[in-house]
Amino acid sequence: MAKDSGIGAASKRREDVRFLSGSGKYTDDINLAGQAYACFLRSSVAHGRINAIDTAAATAMPGVVAILTAKDFEGAGGLPCGWCVTGKDGPMKEPKHPILAEGKVRHVGDPIAMVIADTKEQAQAAADAISVDIEELPAVIDMKAAIAGGPLVHEDIGTNLCYDWNFGSDKAETDAAFETAHHVTRLELTNNRLVPNAMEPRVAIGAYDRSTGEHTLYTTSQNPHVIRLLMGAFVLQIPEHKLRVVAPDVGGGFGSKIFHYAEEAACTLAAKLVNRPVKWTAERSESFVTDAHGRDHVSTIELALDAEGHFLALRTDTLANMGAYLSTFAPSVPTYLHGTLMAGNYATPLINVNVRAVFTNTVPVDAYRGAGRPEATFQLERVIDMAAREMGIDPVEIRRRNFIKPDQFPYQTPVALAYDTGNYHATMDKLVEIADIAGFAARKAESAARGKLRGLGIACYIEACGIAPSAVAGALGARAGLYESATVRVNATGSVTVLTGSHSHGQGHETTFPQVVAEMLGIDEGQVEVVHGDTGRIPFGMGTYGSRSIAVGGAALVRATEKIINKARKIAAHLMEAAEGDVEFANGTFSVKGTDKSVGWGDVCLTAYVPHNFPHETLEPGLEETAFYDPANFTFPAGAYAAEVEVDPDTGQVTLCSFAAADDFGNIINPMIVDGQVHGGIGQGVGQALLEHAVYDANGQLLSGSYMDYAMPRADDVPFYAVDHSCQTPCTHNPLGVKGCGEAGAIGTPPTIVNAVIDALADRGVKHIDMPLTPARVWAAMQG
Amino acid sequence: MYDFEFVKVGSLAEAVAALKAEGAQALGGGQTLIPTLKQRLAQPAKLVSLTGIAELVGVSASDGVLSVGGATTHAQVAREATAYPALAELASHIGDPAVRNRGTIGGSLANDDPAADYPAGVLGSGATVVTNAREIAADDFFRGLFETALEEGEIITAVRFPIPQKASYQRFAQPASRFALTGVFVAQYADGVRVAVTGASENGVFRWSDAEAALSSSFAPEAVDGLSVSPDGLIGDLHGTPEYRAHLVKVLTRRAVAAAG
Ligand SMILES: Cc1cc2nc3c(=O)[nH]c(=O)nc-3n(C[C@H](O)[C@H](O)[C@H](O)COP(=O)(O)OP(=O)(O)OC[C@H]3O[C@@H](n4cnc5c(N)ncnc54)[C@H](O)[C@@H]3O)c2cc1C
Repeated sequence: MAKDSGIGAASKRREDVRFLSGSGKYTDDINLAGQAYACFLRSSVAHGRINAIDTAAATAMPGVVAILTAKDFEGAGGLPCGWCVTGKDGPMKEPKHPILAEGKVRHVGDPIAMVIADTKEQAQAAADAISVDIEELPAVIDMKAAIAGGPLVHEDIGTNLCYDWNFGSDKAETDAAFETAHHVTRLELTNNRLVPNAMEPRVAIGAYDRSTGEHTLYTTSQNPHVIRLLMGAFVLQIPEHKLRVVAPDVGGGFGSKIFHYAEEAACTLAAKLVNRPVKWTAERSESFVTDAHGRDHVSTIELALDAEGHFLALRTDTLANMGAYLSTFAPSVPTYLHGTLMAGNYATPLINVNVRAVFTNTVPVDAYRGAGRPEATFQLERVIDMAAREMGIDPVEIRRRNFIKPDQFPYQTPVALAYDTGNYHATMDKLVEIADIAGFAARKAESAARGKLRGLGIACYIEACGIAPSAVAGALGARAGLYESATVRVNATGSVTVLTGSHSHGQGHETTFPQVVAEMLGIDEGQVEVVHGDTGRIPFGMGTYGSRSIAVGGAALVRATEKIINKARKIAAHLMEAAEGDVEFANGTFSVKGTDKSVGWGDVCLTAYVPHNFPHETLEPGLEETAFYDPANFTFPAGAYAAEVEVDPDTGQVTLCSFAAADDFGNIINPMIVDGQVHGGIGQGVGQALLEHAVYDANGQLLSGSYMDYAMPRADDVPFYAVDHSCQTPCTHNPLGVKGCGEAGAIGTPPTIVNAVIDALADRGVKHIDMPLTPARVWAAMQG
Repeated sequence: MYDFEFVKVGSLAEAVAALKAEGAQALGGGQTLIPTLKQRLAQPAKLVSLTGIAELVGVSASDGVLSVGGATTHAQVAREATAYPALAELASHIGDPAVRNRGTIGGSLANDDPAADYPAGVLGSGATVVTNAREIAADDFFRGLFETALEEGEIITAVRFPIPQKASYQRFAQPASRFALTGVFVAQYADGVRVAVTGASENGVFRWSDAEAALSSSFAPEAVDGLSVSPDGLIGDLHGTPEYRAHLVKVLTRRAVAAAG
């Protein structure tokens, strides 16, 4: 029977009461006494030398408090990169990323000056009045041109190549397998550049208290402690105890709010310089040219097969766009989060991955929902589909034939990862059932009768979630640890406050984390409250990304709650005058084995804070515990997806008719929230596959710089989804057996849809179309 | 947004007078003008709101002509132009409900966006644009991209549409803005067929005269099969090449003829 509370229950999202009633408190809702407003003058050219900046006229305008340029930030460091990839030629090239442009602008949107005024309008008017003498330089936008002697984005590093990284099986051995293979399928493809488009634009408010010397930054962040560390230690040299970073309600991040941005450091420093709080709120058009973009890979992938369609070897060569500067985790995306995923769900013995990361005059590119894993999955699932078609093997069958078998786990891939558990045959069986693949032929005939071309697409995915093991991350270049912390504070009356280093910006932690604690303590979910997003209240944290919150943050929470139970047991033993080893705990009651003695949760908690007659030599008063959890491995959610599309042969319009997802997320805390996460991920995947595209012209102007040209998925672009997560192989190494579900949809969906469209057009000789599959592109492909 | 003065007037005469001021500009539903102001791409000294002028609002039909007041919203046309269903249908697909409840026919025509829907309906119907000063035939009204025959301060007070025997508007949406990537309005009158195309040309809305001739002799989808549209002068952008748009013109014309009722 379905539970109505605790782990596994579909508890309603308690945070939605405030979100849906308009009473959420976002960063832009915060207004501090005496606050001034900042506006950034940004480059309108992609590449140029700044000869002079004249702020005299602007400074004299009404309401202007200060105008800051690079020279005002001379004492500050550049925005740091949190990951150093070591390639064939040594450590990556790491050019400085100044807060405000120093000498050169390198992409449209690069900030040149910061104007602070009494009102936002005054700041904007003054920004218009600044005169900047920029000598425009030729821009380099195309990655191939960038590494073939194109103009240098950063002269001081002498190259546009950030790193050239080779990984996995021995290259010569892999190449040899291709020489003797029965069949080789080769595919060149692009993973389209995306603008993250969180509903809430970025906001930063800096405040400084002269009496204490304390800085506070309110910011739209997925990981306030990481911002405190990066900005405090590397940019502004403010020690942690003098810097508080608060990220209150955050309206979506999708990765784009992981990173440390220039505006955060600028507002923090400016608040001290002008001795007033300074607030900046991005305009939507500013978000388009300043939020780190996602994806933008160009790859060639080759798959070698034997006569039965068994995979013998895989090799792939990718150009990954870094944009004009290295965003916080940019170098990790095509390497640690992409190269390591190239085995997918398959027992391919030899895999060699090459990635060249390239600087161009575009907005920096970094992690975006899925981060690296969608790029890997897209390549792999497209080339498998193409191979199946070339060899005349059914797309479901070729995958089954090559899956890692259930008895092969734990499975060591040739690309560093060791999968702890999984059952890919089971999710595929489930998919075949829920997608009614047997009924496809009849539906195709029905579509044909209406003049429409119907296609079925299948794709599988594997994810490495719970972005963690500090040791693995460190070996692959991370400059930080990747654990999580949790504090469980039991109050005197038995209610519980959970302080977590995870950050909720849509995921529903305020609902799911209490489900875990309430289940363990045998109390009501409503007795547990979650606090997140404030370095002033939470001991430490690494934040939320990479579907890590429940797998890493939830595990820390379990450890802290276990400590609470251990201490509470001691108090109960004392109250019942029993030996600690004889005290059992179940359903919120402590009892002495084999007796009728018991004491309730509430009495134990009260005693902890009213310690009359307490054994102070062996027991401290209070009931609060903290745990840090650094997992032994990633978690590996996996699944199989199917899409059916109809193509209108007259216009090239693709209609997504149905979509089915069979996922294995291990144990599930709240099935309703998991459904929601999968739905959202699929929606974003539909966006990438059919609609979204950040397009630059040759001069580096972002052509799709607003919603007039950047197509977001809307409700009528997607069908109802059939989503199933009943296949469960619990994670073997974390205490909840959970794997994470936040990115699955965004990872598995794009190849599923592209495979479906190619299936629809196969009779017309179409082999591949690059995303997004817009009507114009599909129509052009049909013309041959 | 820069500061401006705002006046809401109750009569056409007051509007005409108010628009004589230096830097004054008419404000319809604001669905084009307000976003432009927000981006600080325009700096009018004064906005004269027309939506409170009763004589500029309304839909009526008599003697085979549908009249729409210049400040009538798209939503009202969608609801009330029952005498001219193809036009009501056109209005019902402009933007989203918020846009339709604010945006007006006068604003849309004065703005003359090359991808707007109304220009196709107006040119395809051979309608007459009525202003405070004169009457302008549709064929003389549209002058290219964002350019019309309107003089400075001239106000569209009404548009008169002769009601055809059969008509249909078929639009193919640009995926991002959902304006017409290409839209075709076909109307059959006793004296011939008119075909107007929006979204496709670098010169704004235009009549496809070959199709008009072919359809005037045989009003059937196949009548246009032998025709082709030249991609020369058609728009090429992120969302489609000139060739794609030329192809869509033909596809949509066929569909409009098939759907015309
Ligand atoms: C999100 C969105 C989606 C949209 N989608 C579509 C779409 O799919 N198809 C489409 O066709 N349009 C679309 N539009 C535009 C919409 O139809 C506008 O309503 C129209 O372009 C302008 O009408 P308005 O009344 O809002 O004019 P305003 O914005 O108020 O004014 C526009 C211009 O017309 C002038 N003007 C206004 N009224 C008059 C008048 N009576 N006489 C003379 N000059 C006048 C103004 O001075 C100004 O120069 C969309 C707009 C938005 C914001």
